[in-house]
Amino acid sequence: MSQLRALLRTTAVRLSALYLGLFAISAVVLVFYVTDMTTSLLTNQTKHVVQDELKVLGNFYRRGGVPLLITHIDRRSREPSANLYTIAAPNGSILAGNVASLQPGILDRQGWTERPFSYRRFYQPEGAPGHQALAEVIFLPNGMRVLVGRDLGEPTQFRTTIRRSLAIALGIMVVGALLIWFFIGRGALHRIDRVSQASQKIMAGDLGQRLPVSGSGDEFDRLSGALNAMLGRIEKLNEGLRQVSDNIAHDLKTPLTRLRNRAEAALSGADDAAEYRSAMEDMIEESDQLIRTFNALLTISRVEAGSAVAEMNDVDLSQIAHDTEELYEPLAEEAGVLISSAIADGIHVSGNRELIGQAFSNLIDNAIKYSADNQAEAKVVICLENVDGKKVLSVRDNGPGIPENRRQDVIKRFVRLDESRSKPGTGLGLSLVEAIMGMHGGQLVLESNGESGQTGLHAMMVFG
Amino acid sequence: MKILVIEDDLEAAAYLIKAFNEAGIVTDHASDGDTGFYLATENIYDVLVIDRMLPKRDGLSIISDLRKKSIETPILILSALGQVDDRVTGLRAGGDDYLPKPYSFSELLARVEVLGRRKGMRDNETVYKVADLELDRLAHEVHRAGQKINLQPREFRLLEYLMKHAGQVVTRTMLLENVWDYHFDPQTNVIDVHISRLRSKIEKGYDEALLRTVRGAGYILKSDS
Repeated sequence: MSQLRALLRTTAVRLSALYLGLFAISAVVLVFYVTDMTTSLLTNQTKHVVQDELKVLGNFYRRGGVPLLITHIDRRSREPSANLYTIAAPNGSILAGNVASLQPGILDRQGWTERPFSYRRFYQPEGAPGHQALAEVIFLPNGMRVLVGRDLGEPTQFRTTIRRSLAIALGIMVVGALLIWFFIGRGALHRIDRVSQASQKIMAGDLGQRLPVSGSGDEFDRLSGALNAMLGRIEKLNEGLRQVSDNIAHDLKTPLTRLRNRAEAALSGADDAAEYRSAMEDMIEESDQLIRTFNALLTISRVEAGSAVAEMNDVDLSQIAHDTEELYEPLAEEAGVLISSAIADGIHVSGNRELIGQAFSNLIDNAIKYSADNQAEAKVVICLENVDGKKVLSVRDNGPGIPENRRQDVIKRFVRLDESRSKPGTGLGLSLVEAIMGMHGGQLVLESNGESGQTGLHAMMVFG
Repeated sequence: MKILVIEDDLEAAAYLIKAFNEAGIVTDHASDGDTGFYLATENIYDVLVIDRMLPKRDGLSIISDLRKKSIETPILILSALGQVDDRVTGLRAGGDDYLPKPYSFSELLARVEVLGRRKGMRDNETVYKVADLELDRLAHEVHRAGQKINLQPREFRLLEYLMKHAGQVVTRTMLLENVWDYHFDPQTNVIDVHISRLRSKIEKGYDEALLRTVRGAGYILKSDS
């Protein structure tokens, strides 16, 4: 019962009830209009026929008077037809014709009968329901009455047929609509029930749940598909968030512990000012690294929040490439890394110079860091070029590279392939590059540096 | 030097006042925007350190109101927002420098000292001199003890900035900002390497080391004699 009530409340039922109602009303109106038009058409035709007959009979009367008129009425009455003929004495008694009896009073008035009247023919038994007819009555100068009319059987039958078919059609419509409501509505209700069950599980915390998709590609599937995509994104974000908080806890706990240990060691050690001083300086450096990590985290989350946070201007990428190369060149030299570049001139993008510069510095910084100790001939190549209409700022190194299956991981926050964490770094560099590229509608692409079978990484900032 | 710190976080303010006093800087404190604005208009300070978000009156509106009253005291903005464009809006409102939280006190101190000595600064001097080191800003030449030293353009700008602020600590971020016009924190010691290159050019073969590292803070160019 409650299911039926739920069914009746569905949109499908409400809409189809509305349409059914409108359709039924218009069908009824149409049918009445058609029958009315047809009836009046047939009535007019009847009147024409009757008047023609009267004209002919009038001719006979003028030629041979009453006797000829009666002869012809008698003759016509024997022919099978829907026409009625009657000639009656002034007192109303029928003298000739094909009518046995008439509705009383019909012969008392000259002219067209206003409404259909009933009559009986000779072959009909007395008391049987009479036929309906329209007729014109004429009084002869001697007081006799002549009636010529036509049976209305045809139009009446026509009207009855149309009305009956209307009733049948409406009946079928109503029954059909009820069946359709029931099945469609119940189907829709079923699917919605399943969707809300799934949503309830999701709300209970199971973000892995997905809304059911039937595979038919209908509107429910499309909606479920879109919601599932949204859930996927939420799950990914949630996963990222959890991972980040785990990592923050871990990555900040380590330096904090180190910081604390140093303070403790200094306190428990010898009471020496120089010793204290050096411990304090170490601690300041350690805290600076912590602040750096925090700043990087903040920048990432702000950049990820969207392009609204930074002013976008016309930026000279070529200039940034040159500046950054120049900034890192001494560092590379000190690390024993040969840095070279192929920078196309005059390449501009719309963006934020600060952020692009920071992103590119991160890539160069990584390249120098990781190529430095791996090769006898460490090389870093900076490149800015137009590739298929895209502007690509890239850094190649010949360090150990990143295995293909880890390339997505290193973009995540705090993920570092170097498990021992022997190299300095926050583990946030590539995350920041990725976030900045996302804000600029571009991409960070990591490939292996395929040059002459070397290992190494080819990190590209691809601007749309 | 006398400065005013407008900061509503009382603990942070107490720490700043103590630290500034230890560095020999007289520090007044206001804990809300209205008091801060009043103090800044009634007294003469060398530097104003203004937190961006304050009760009663927002930091940026204090700055633009002060500038409207033609009070040109150098202003350093402290901000917890740290959004990419915060610096730009802060400087547009009339601030002179900007430091996002969390910051290290050495960074703040170095910046305040640079701002505080800006009045009567050496912008008009065409030749900077520290001991026997000379930098000619017009001729783009550097000499030490009368001998010419060849520097790359960027090395020249680096030395120029250090000499302009001779005797003051300049931090790595200050150098990156003023010499390279980048406002981010490089992850590694890029600046250190530039400094050591510069150092080898201006100090190799000479007795006195002029460019010194201040641990935990930055660099200072000065002569003991």
